[in-house]
This record gives sequence, C-alpha cells and structure tokens, in this order.
Amino acid sequence: MSLVWVYAVQEAGAGEAPDMSGVDGERPRVVGTEELAAVVGTVADDGFDEAGLAAAMEDLGRIEMLVRAHHGVVAATAQDRTVAPVRLATVFRDDDAVTAMLRQRHDDIRAALDRVRGRREWGVKVYVDGTAAPPPAPDAGAASTGDRPGTAYLLRRRADRDRGAEAREDARAVAERVAGTAAACAVDVRRFAPQDARLSGRTQEMVLNATFLVDREREDEFRDTVSRSGDGAVVEVTGPWPPFSFAAAEES
Amino acid sequence: MSGPVSISHPDDELSLVDLLDRLLAGGVVLTGEVTISLAEVDLVHVSLRALISSVSTLQQGDREDATDA
Repeated sequence: MSLVWVYAVQEAGAGEAPDMSGVDGERPRVVGTEELAAVVGTVADDGFDEAGLAAAMEDLGRIEMLVRAHHGVVAATAQDRTVAPVRLATVFRDDDAVTAMLRQRHDDIRAALDRVRGRREWGVKVYVDGTAAPPPAPDAGAASTGDRPGTAYLLRRRADRDRGAEAREDARAVAERVAGTAAACAVDVRRFAPQDARLSGRTQEMVLNATFLVDREREDEFRDTVSRSGDGAVVEVTGPWPPFSFAAAEES
Repeated sequence: MSGPVSISHPDDELSLVDLLDRLLAGGVVLTGEVTISLAEVDLVHVSLRALISSVSTLQQGDREDATDA
C-alpha cells in the first residue's frame, strides 16, 4: 500500500511536476480537477503514515531530509508558475482523496494562489555585535568620589547598565529600521523568532529574522535598499523562496 | 554608510534553520477527514525538541573541541 504526499497546489494546466526525486525518492507527478491541481508524490505507507511521520519528526536527520526534499520540489515547481506551497507532512490516502480535497478547498486554494501570484518570498536577517555592556572607561565615576569607593562602584555599575540598555536599544532601532525599509518595498511580512547563535552559526546576535512577500518587479529595489539600510549592522538577504510563509491566510 | 551585506542564491546550500522557519510554520494547511496530516501543534513541539537536541549536540561538540572559553 502507498500514500500520497502533497507538495504544492497550482492551477490546472499550469505544468508538469519537476523531474527530480521527492521525499521518498519517488518521481513527483500532478493530479487534478478541471480547475486546480496538486503536485504530489507516491510514498510508502510504512514511514509516511501518522506513526511513521511522528517518529521521523523526532529525528533531526529525517526532518532535514524531508524538509530539503519538500522544499526542493516546491522550489523547482515554482520556477515557472504560480504555486501555493503546502504544509510539510500533508499526506492523503490516495489520489481520489487529493482531488476531493481540491474541490472541497477550492476557494481557499484560489485565494492562496491569488495572494502569491507574481510574488516571491525574501528573508531578511540583521546581526549586531553583542549587546552586552562594553568595558567601562578607566576613570569612569572616579573623579568626584575619590574617597568613597562604594559610591564609585555603584556609579560604575549604573553606567555599565545604562550602556547595556543603550546597546540593546540601538540594536532594536537597527532591526526596526531595516524591517521598515524592507516593508516599504514589500506586500506583506512575517516575523520569525531570532535564531540562536549556535544554530545560525554566527558569533553576532541576530536582532531581526523576518520574511517578506515581494512583487517580482520590485525585487531589485528590495534587495538594493534593504542591503543599504543596515548602517554598520550585518544585513543578510536570503531568497527567493517559494512563498511558504504567505500561502496560508494571515493569522491574527 | 552601508553595512556588510550578503545575498544568498537559490543554489547555495540552504540553511536548515531558515528552511525550518518557513516549512514548519508555512504552507497551506489542507486537512480534512481524508487527510493523515500531523497536527500543527505536534509539528511545533517536534521542531522545538529537534532543535533543542541539536543545540545540546552542538554544545557537546564545543566542549569536546574545547574551542569556547
């Protein structure tokens, strides 16, 4: 027995599935109705049923394989047409169940396709040097409190704390300036939690991790202005991504 | 004026964390009685567990390499 993994949905007649391997090493294909179609893959029920997927999700190696393969097929499909990426690990019993879903969810899928048509997703991350307080100036607080070391110590502590708060405030301001510049060239935005330095592989602190939906004709402008908005902070632009973050209706 | 900037291209090796940000939270959710799809909540918990375990693996690696003060 086998199951059907869904990668993306598109309009009927938009094109064939890309010539590549899917999440189970299978060759993706297209199933559809007269109006809508899904890019799908036939996968083994052993490993892709509920228990199999739950087990896979406990294993970072398996997750990575699934995520890269799912993204790969969606990205290749999105090269030459409008697609709405489908949430990872969406599996149906058979093709009939997929076409039934396409009919049942017709309006939602159309709305998703309309939202992302002619647009792609671009990630923007901003990194700053650590926001911890820098070492105090050698004579800080010593001038007027010469014979009161306790007071000098407290003043120095407060100055350190103020500098730390200032650095965090500066980092936040940089992040908001970059986000604002990017939003001005974009249609929509989603924010992710900043990535832990151990996962991002950077020594600097990530202060912005956002993703933007951008009209294709404004992509050059987007990259150009966002790149120049860091004012000393490191701005990393990634993409284009298939519009994963914008295919679902906005949550509030 | 302009800070350092890097623009990655689609054919670069994509960061797993960037992929997880998008793929675990994004995409059209197509559930129904015919679907065997993982609940959203499960995926979120699962991703947290996986990332936490990967972080602790990295930390162990750091200790073994003695690269960090």
